[in-house]
Amino acid sequence: MIGKAEVYALAGLMFAAYALLGLFDRGRPRSWKNSLFWALLATSFLAGDRLGDLGNGLLVVALVLLAGIGGLAPAAQPIGSDSRRQASSQRLGWRLFVPALALPLVTVLGTMLFKRLAAAGYAIVDPAQATLVALAAASLIAILVALPLLRQPWSAPLHEGRRLIDSVGWAAVLPQMLAALGAVFAVAGVGQVVGDLAAQAMPADSRVAAVVVYTVGMAAFTMVMGNAFAAFPVMTAGIGLPLIVQRFGGDAAIMGAIGMLSGFCGTLMTPMAANFNLVPAALLELSDRNAVIKAQLPTALLMLAFNTVALYVLVWR
Amino acid sequence: MIKLLGIAVIVAGFALRLNPLPVIAAAALVTGLAAGLDVVAVISAFGKAFNESRYVSVVWLVLPVIGVLERAGLRERAGALVSRLKVLTTGRLLGLYFVLRQASAAMGLTSLGGHPQMVRPLVAPMALAAAEARFGQLPAAWHERIRAHAAATDNVALFFGEDVFIAIGSILLIKGFLEQNGVIVEPLHLSLWAIPSAIAALLIHGIRLALFERRLSRALRSPPAEPGESA
Repeated sequence: MIGKAEVYALAGLMFAAYALLGLFDRGRPRSWKNSLFWALLATSFLAGDRLGDLGNGLLVVALVLLAGIGGLAPAAQPIGSDSRRQASSQRLGWRLFVPALALPLVTVLGTMLFKRLAAAGYAIVDPAQATLVALAAASLIAILVALPLLRQPWSAPLHEGRRLIDSVGWAAVLPQMLAALGAVFAVAGVGQVVGDLAAQAMPADSRVAAVVVYTVGMAAFTMVMGNAFAAFPVMTAGIGLPLIVQRFGGDAAIMGAIGMLSGFCGTLMTPMAANFNLVPAALLELSDRNAVIKAQLPTALLMLAFNTVALYVLVWR
Repeated sequence: MIKLLGIAVIVAGFALRLNPLPVIAAAALVTGLAAGLDVVAVISAFGKAFNESRYVSVVWLVLPVIGVLERAGLRERAGALVSRLKVLTTGRLLGLYFVLRQASAAMGLTSLGGHPQMVRPLVAPMALAAAEARFGQLPAAWHERIRAHAAATDNVALFFGEDVFIAIGSILLIKGFLEQNGVIVEPLHLSLWAIPSAIAALLIHGIRLALFERRLSRALRSPPAEPGESA
């Protein structure tokens, strides 16, 4: 059965290839640091389950030191001139969109197909990992379609992939680091402390206060944790269920739905949600790494206000 | 309370714009120590969690094909397509993408978008080309603002679309958590009550994109070219 292990092996081989290519790249200073960084990540993907917890921890420490002291090398310049790309673009025309759209479409169709197959008893792919496997399969299929269709050399995927991953740099492991920090917060019981604080801070006899503390608390705690999923149990157990539902008799489904969406407002406003906010800034080569958050801030605040009012109006309908 | 020191480290680190990786590591260390773990135990706990979170980084598997497409001129092509359609201003284009992204997310098709797959190779170049077709070479600040708005549009549309689908992760989490606490809710009800916020997000972000477009035209429309418009 194809599952996580196979996808991780593929990702590991890709990072290992980036590390190797870096060794032959003599033109750039500090390129060895990038090589070592991707080699460590490749090790994590290929052998993470055999390293042990402390081994993985030391691997992370090494990643942090490599990125933190002096930084990684900047990305290489794109291969080929602007005018060559322009000419290629005109020659290839609509064909360029075929692999570009195949990537998301195959991901979606693959996810559905793998789940159907598993439900029908043909568990070729682990249904719990259907999306992950479909994403990996779609990436491979899109390459196999793109290379002959666009007449690109077989060396292009790894060279171009390395150029892009170098332009993302250390931000590439940021979401994974933050997910791990969330787990440490959970082990230490940070959520419990915050939930207790929020519950103490509020007057217990006001419906308005209960709703405002719940929605704003969801957003604020999500900003701290970087993830509404981590904030939801804490705020709902601390304020939502005891006050809004049990004391004041509100509807739990409405509270849960709008409470979670209030948390999403927080996701839009925090660098802790790296995969939505900081990684795109790196991918789009923005000079201000908070530029995406700044673009989202007004929408996030207005939506938080809307959710607060909507929750108050709807929950006691 | 001392357990919250890690949060203080994070806030200070991000405020000072330090490299986030050491800041996160320091926050984990401080939090772990405050909770009574020793250094080796904190490093092990962090390593274990890092290893279990590898699925987050699998998305980078898409970069090779995105790179190949860029090498072959996809971004130029996407831009050329938009330049020919004069009605597609930057604001309208991002608004259209918002509707498509939100609608597909509401049907559970959350993988039909995303920053490496769609925003970098297609949406951002199209949004830039729409502005360049009308105003010529863009100043760096506007170039950056348009790219940031392309990423923001994808996020907002996804967040306030996906919960309308009943089998998405957050709906299942809400249902599961309430159930543990003895409250039974129907997933259908949860997704139904996500609809008002979905509509509000469409209106609010749509209006913001229209205002963004207006500021863009005001800033970049050169007065000599259209004397009647100059203020």
